[in-house]
Amino acid sequence: MSDSTDTGPVLAADGSPLKQSLARALRREKMRALALIAPLLFFVVLTFIIPILSMLFRSVENQIVSDTMPGTVAAIQDWDTGGGEAPDELVFQHLFIDLFNASEAKEHTKLGTRLNYEQTGLSSLFRTSGRRLDDIGETFQDPLEEIDPAFEEADFWYSMMNGEGGEGLLEERRDMWNAQVGGGMDGDVGFVPSQSMIDLLPWTTTAYTDWAIWAAIEDEDVVAEEEPWEAVYGALGIDLRNPETVAAIADYDGPGAEQLQAAVANMDQLPQTSFREAFAEMDEDWLDPEVWDTIAVYSPRFTSGYFLTAVDMKLSAEGVTAQPEDRQLYIKLFNRTLFMSLVITGSCILLGYPVAWLLANLPLRTANVLMILVLLPFWTSLLVRTSAWKVLLQQQGVINEILVWLGFVDDANRLILMNNQTGTIIAMTHILLPFMILPLYSVMKTIDPSYLRAAKSLGATNIVAFWRVYFPQSVPGIGAGSILVFILSIGYYITPEIVGGTDGVFISNRIAYHISSSLNWGLAAALGSILLVVVLVLYWLYDRIVGIDNVKLGG
Amino acid sequence: MSALTVNVGRPPLLTFTMPIVAVLGACFGFVTGNIFGQPGLGFVIGAVIGAVLAGVLAQIVQVRLWRKVWGTTAIFAVSGLVFGGVGGLIGGAVMGLSMGWFATWIGSGQYRAGVPIYYTAGQTLWHNVFLFICAFVFFFLIAPLIPVMWLSFNAQNFFTFTPEMLAFRAEGYSLKHYRDFFSGGGHPLQGLLYGAVIGAVIGGLVQLLPNAERSIRKIVVFAIIGTLIGVVVGKMWGVSGAEWMTPLKNSLIIAPFATLISVSLGTLAAIGLSQTHVPGRQAIMAIMISPMIVPLIISATGMFFFYAPLGNWLQANLGLNQNFVGYLKVILAHAALGVPFVIITVTATLVGFDQSLTRAAANMGANPVTTFFRVQMPLILPGVISGGLFAFITSFDEVVVVLFVGSAQQQTLPWQMFTGLREQISPTILAAATILVTISICLLTTVELLRRRSERLRGMSPG
Repeated sequence: MSDSTDTGPVLAADGSPLKQSLARALRREKMRALALIAPLLFFVVLTFIIPILSMLFRSVENQIVSDTMPGTVAAIQDWDTGGGEAPDELVFQHLFIDLFNASEAKEHTKLGTRLNYEQTGLSSLFRTSGRRLDDIGETFQDPLEEIDPAFEEADFWYSMMNGEGGEGLLEERRDMWNAQVGGGMDGDVGFVPSQSMIDLLPWTTTAYTDWAIWAAIEDEDVVAEEEPWEAVYGALGIDLRNPETVAAIADYDGPGAEQLQAAVANMDQLPQTSFREAFAEMDEDWLDPEVWDTIAVYSPRFTSGYFLTAVDMKLSAEGVTAQPEDRQLYIKLFNRTLFMSLVITGSCILLGYPVAWLLANLPLRTANVLMILVLLPFWTSLLVRTSAWKVLLQQQGVINEILVWLGFVDDANRLILMNNQTGTIIAMTHILLPFMILPLYSVMKTIDPSYLRAAKSLGATNIVAFWRVYFPQSVPGIGAGSILVFILSIGYYITPEIVGGTDGVFISNRIAYHISSSLNWGLAAALGSILLVVVLVLYWLYDRIVGIDNVKLGG
Repeated sequence: MSALTVNVGRPPLLTFTMPIVAVLGACFGFVTGNIFGQPGLGFVIGAVIGAVLAGVLAQIVQVRLWRKVWGTTAIFAVSGLVFGGVGGLIGGAVMGLSMGWFATWIGSGQYRAGVPIYYTAGQTLWHNVFLFICAFVFFFLIAPLIPVMWLSFNAQNFFTFTPEMLAFRAEGYSLKHYRDFFSGGGHPLQGLLYGAVIGAVIGGLVQLLPNAERSIRKIVVFAIIGTLIGVVVGKMWGVSGAEWMTPLKNSLIIAPFATLISVSLGTLAAIGLSQTHVPGRQAIMAIMISPMIVPLIISATGMFFFYAPLGNWLQANLGLNQNFVGYLKVILAHAALGVPFVIITVTATLVGFDQSLTRAAANMGANPVTTFFRVQMPLILPGVISGGLFAFITSFDEVVVVLFVGSAQQQTLPWQMFTGLREQISPTILAAATILVTISICLLTTVELLRRRSERLRGMSPG
């Protein structure tokens, strides 16, 4: 002993200090444990945690508006939201280009559907307008081609637009397409806009670049051999209305100068109506300031709109307001979900407590046999039990038939037990009862029966002994069972869907409806996120009360 | 407890037994009278019959207790048959059974058998009422499953009982819904022979492994398992477009693979988690348990958003078949849902695992892999298997996630039942339900046996 203190630190067998050696062994053990855990952790994170996070992301994500209409969204920032006036010409010019591209890519209907969640009617507005944008382009194309047939030729356009120095614009517009159609627009376009044209005819060059990328990559055509689409003529019309551009064209002497100057000289042949009027002619809703309020409010890349809808609020030009009375339904649904879950939890406690007590106090052999009666429904398919309740509860079902046969219920006034809250509560109490009995049983099993006897021998009556001695010890079991049942029931979908009708459905049925029928995925994600927060809080409570390690299955 | 209970004598007949049985008789009489529109008359007659029954049964001393009950049941059933046909027979039998049992139970003083001798009348009453409440809850748990099984033999395409069924006539019953369920697919016998032979061969090959325990029993067990698998595979071979067999086939493809993934990864992780020093054990545990805690609808929504682009990506970039990707998505999703069950059961088994056994094995020169397979695995195997069964049943019974993640090609059995219940109501669903109940009884038995075996192996309980 004294030897080692004299000669310095204690050494391990290999000569290194013991402390270091122990630390190394500990580290190795930790690494081994982590190496065993790592594959599953990776698996669960990939297949479960990331999907949940992607749901949270979906609930605020709103990129479709700015991806589909980048120019319009940028231009609308200067517009006075809620001012009661539709925006000015510039916004409509951008709208023309953006919506034209979107309708070529068939994305405008998606945008319309998205905005329709916020204001009814926008879906048809976008759909019909998308079809008729070609006409606006043609009102420019036809006179231009009459002024000079060269405007019809692919060569003419290509030689005028192609050049060098415009790589920045090309990549910028490629990104626009990628954002719009979700990628896949990479590759050689065979065209680079020339810098001089960008300076001279900014709108036209941009529109031509859009077309060139689409034609080369999506349609797999050669840019130099195809006539551009109508939007390019429309864009030229926009450019020609700018006096500065007109002045610059007079000094221009590059390819196509002659034709451009001819177009300037015959300006009176081009349509004189503004784009604002052209859009209004297509559908006068375009001049409705409310439409533009909606677009402006939902133009940011992330929005709280879905969450606000999920709590019956609305994001509008005036800020956050309550939904109109007839569209308020989510708060009611959340309240109903919570209320019914509480009722189900309560009835599970009422039915489960006596049974758990009986099981915990019977001799082990008898308890094991009776336990099978609890475990059999637990192991039986959820759908089997749900269909059983459908058989029992329907109007011509077993319960009604027996009551009618016994003469307690008139044949004409059979009880309505299904497709309402009663049905959901009865069926779900039955389905979730084992989840209450099992934790209660495992807690009651640990309560020493001699406490009760001691209380009684000290003069307590049965009721006092139960209430003051036994019950407090069984509270952790009630807590564990209640939280388990409550968590399970607020997320239930199948049973309410089948026996709940319209009155007995939960928030989860609404989520499923938005996922599969109305396709309002953002709202579904927001509703799911709210539910998730509620569940996580309860989960945290459960962990505090029972500890997550103490979850037991099947006794 | 038993030292305090004494077999008390018979209670007084006239002041106790007869009135109480008369009350029960009156209740039955009221209900029966109500059928004929005479509840008041039935009430009186029932009370008289009850009192008389109690008096008569008390006089018959030398007959054994249960004989009295069966005798009463028979008499009531026959008189029910005379008055009300087959319905009356059943009603009479039920009434006779309950009244006969009740009269003898009260009359012989058995009702005090379960309580200490010092209990007052009120306490005894409460004790018995409590037992009746518990019996009612057990009835509530089990009874709903019975009409389902009964109705699945309906000869009509109804979801309700037909008069023929209630009159127990043969034409009211048929197996046609079972035939509908099993229509389509190959013949199970084709697979039987192959399965048995392959199983026996594998069983034989296992004998050749170094250090394996050699016995003929193993070959037989493998052959039996092979036969079972062979029958199922033979039945499922070449199934396509069948209304019920295709979903069953999908379920049988998805569930085993999902179970395999969650069991293999879950067991390793549970062993890792049970080590003494695990950094961040709480957080890791919370992540791994989360698929069980997060409501299915939320998991399904999240998976819907993530798996659809994942599937497209896999198809586009790895050139995988669309059908294969469809199955893969559902299998991965189900495997994630099954993980918590494996973790919980295996961790619970490892709590009782004596770590010195692994050290002893290492001491005797076994490397970690050998130690795992020869020492640790046999001991935790019951926990692994029951965790696997939980994972299997989770996947086999799961609807919401398949509904959101899968496409029509991956329609599983619960999905088919769900759409069936929601849209067209056919009693074939009930046939499927009955088959599933049978399967779950088998699984429950297996899990219970395994749990007891595990406790015995770990010396946690004597029995």
